[in-house]
Amino acid sequence: MERKLAIKIENVKKQYRLGAIGGGTLQGDLQSWWARVRGKEDPNSKIGQKTYSGNERFYALNGISFDVYKGERLGIIGGNGAGKSTTLKLLSRVTAPTEGTIYINGRISSMLEVGTGFHPELTGRENIYLNGAILGMSKAEVDSKIEDIIDFSECRQFIDTPVKRYSSGMYVKLAFAVAAHLDSEILVMDEVLAVGDMKFQQKCLGKMSDVAENEGRTVLYVSHNMNTIRQLCDRCIVLDHGRVIFDGDVEEAISIYMNAVIDLKQVDINLTDKRMKHLSPIILAKMTHLTLLNKKNPIYEMNENILFKLRIKSEENLSNISVRIEIRTFDEVSVGAAIIQNFSCINKEEKDFVFKFNPYGLIPGKYSALLVLYEVNDMGVYNDLDAIFPAFQFEIIENQRFSEIHWNMSHWGKIRFENLMLMGE
Amino acid sequence: MNNHWTSIIKPKTKLLDLNLKELWQYKDLIIMFVKRDFKTLYKQTILGPLWVIINPMLTTLMFTVVFGGIANISTDGMPQFVFYMAGNTVWSYFSTCLTKTANTFINNSAVFGKVYFPRLVSPISTVLSGLINFFVQFVLFMFFVIYYMMSGDAVRPNIYILLTPVLLLLIAMLSLGFGIIISSLTTKYRDLSILVTFGVQLWMYATPVVYPISQIPLHWRNLMLLNPIAPIIETFRYAFLGSGTIPWFYLGLSVITTIVVLFIGIVLFNKVQKTFMDTI
Repeated sequence: MERKLAIKIENVKKQYRLGAIGGGTLQGDLQSWWARVRGKEDPNSKIGQKTYSGNERFYALNGISFDVYKGERLGIIGGNGAGKSTTLKLLSRVTAPTEGTIYINGRISSMLEVGTGFHPELTGRENIYLNGAILGMSKAEVDSKIEDIIDFSECRQFIDTPVKRYSSGMYVKLAFAVAAHLDSEILVMDEVLAVGDMKFQQKCLGKMSDVAENEGRTVLYVSHNMNTIRQLCDRCIVLDHGRVIFDGDVEEAISIYMNAVIDLKQVDINLTDKRMKHLSPIILAKMTHLTLLNKKNPIYEMNENILFKLRIKSEENLSNISVRIEIRTFDEVSVGAAIIQNFSCINKEEKDFVFKFNPYGLIPGKYSALLVLYEVNDMGVYNDLDAIFPAFQFEIIENQRFSEIHWNMSHWGKIRFENLMLMGE
Repeated sequence: MNNHWTSIIKPKTKLLDLNLKELWQYKDLIIMFVKRDFKTLYKQTILGPLWVIINPMLTTLMFTVVFGGIANISTDGMPQFVFYMAGNTVWSYFSTCLTKTANTFINNSAVFGKVYFPRLVSPISTVLSGLINFFVQFVLFMFFVIYYMMSGDAVRPNIYILLTPVLLLLIAMLSLGFGIIISSLTTKYRDLSILVTFGVQLWMYATPVVYPISQIPLHWRNLMLLNPIAPIIETFRYAFLGSGTIPWFYLGLSVITTIVVLFIGIVLFNKVQKTFMDTI
């Protein structure tokens, strides 16, 4: 059976002007115009800049083309500024492309933000109608679904209370409930699922895949969270600098995106000026340098020890210092941590320490490490002296024992524990 | 493969590709917006909807004191209060619609930036919600008309009150037209949104709201009636009070002006709405 196209994007470009957009004031533009008429220099241009616009344009999308078939759940990933949100904006007709054409087959509804147009003074029920209408539902449609929407939102108790009295969680749940019950053939979503508590997030994801699988609707989903992409999508596009660099299998797309984001070369790393922003500006001690020992590249076989030398500089006498290393995946999901507590003292000096870290069971992939230097006082209170992310990045590659099995990336997690042991039959 | 596309997004639309059919599909949204405006207008005020009545009463009273009492401007022999109220009822509808629709893009940029619906829905619903206020004021006005009639004043409503729906439609279209022209231009020049509040005030003095057109020297009178809102107010006042005349020729001219302004407005608005998010 031939599959039907839902969306066809043909060589779409979107150009933005950089810097201040438009003169802003009528007077400014008139001045510029008058100056040009008389052949004088534009009084509003920056000094030394002769041309008025010229090269201060850039393409957020630089000729992208792809097709989406009916019933597909397409993920769109890419770094910041790759053009993901612009693509969704064009599809949801918030703005128009500069060049190219987009063909759409079916009604499209976009959830670039949940709760668009909610009015705080109106009750939950009234807002369902209002929001539904904004998203393109007729009153009759909302009428027929209102009970389902209220149930899904888990807000029945407060449905006739103005939403300004809602907690932010309830607000979002109600908003998502409306959006999830849209009848349109094509759903466009921008990370709206990153809301609500975990339970509700899972419920939303479940609802979305349900919608796509059982009702044959098309879903376009943009996210930075690779796990939700894995859960929801069956095809994935990677955007980079306004171009499509990959289109196809989800796992492959994710690994391509990861590779594009990370460069894995450094084994000798200067840590100064990398202090995390949330820390107190008063520096008692800091980590200044890190070296991964015995390595040219930060690539380790599974279960291989990571040896690293950490230079710590202290401004005070610290009788007890501790270090924690936190491992995260590249989409910044925490995997685990290792700790060494009260291992040494340091007195207004710069000192090197060598540590061994065994990431036992960590499956092949790329990771980053967050290093925290802290002290624990007599009361048992933790005080972070310094924290750096990413302190270093590394890759785990397969060893022989691992290559024998096929690890299910989307469900089995990042740790392979010790093999099960048969204790009796 | 032979596909029937439901919509095609292109960089530019033709100038006259207005897509009014799509607007009709969103009629429920217009109704929802009107309901929202009405329900939320006077929330958390002590007097609530009473403000709809208090507002015009105070304005009319002020007019009566300042223009009638202090400046002593003639009202063509009409009781001052009801004369000013007639002008104010029409003018306040016009000016409210104009100032509100003029800020369509700026006030709605949060919603417009996130979801698509025909942008014209917003100004149209603004004009319709203004109608609710107008009707309340109108009923109040009718109350005074009847009161002055009973008390034997010169107030003489006549058959031309049947023109009221037409006049109302004209005002709505005119304010919508001017409003969306200004709103389209404000996406580029913010100055206009400030100017508009001031401009509307000036416009009021150029319109026979606080004085009858008969007070104007003859050679200026024709010029003043070119102002499309002036013949509408004169006609309204003639129909309900029996003062002045109906300037038929200028009323006809006003109809033509209104249609032209509204048309230009819609074309301009339609052109701006596609990409205004990039510039606002």
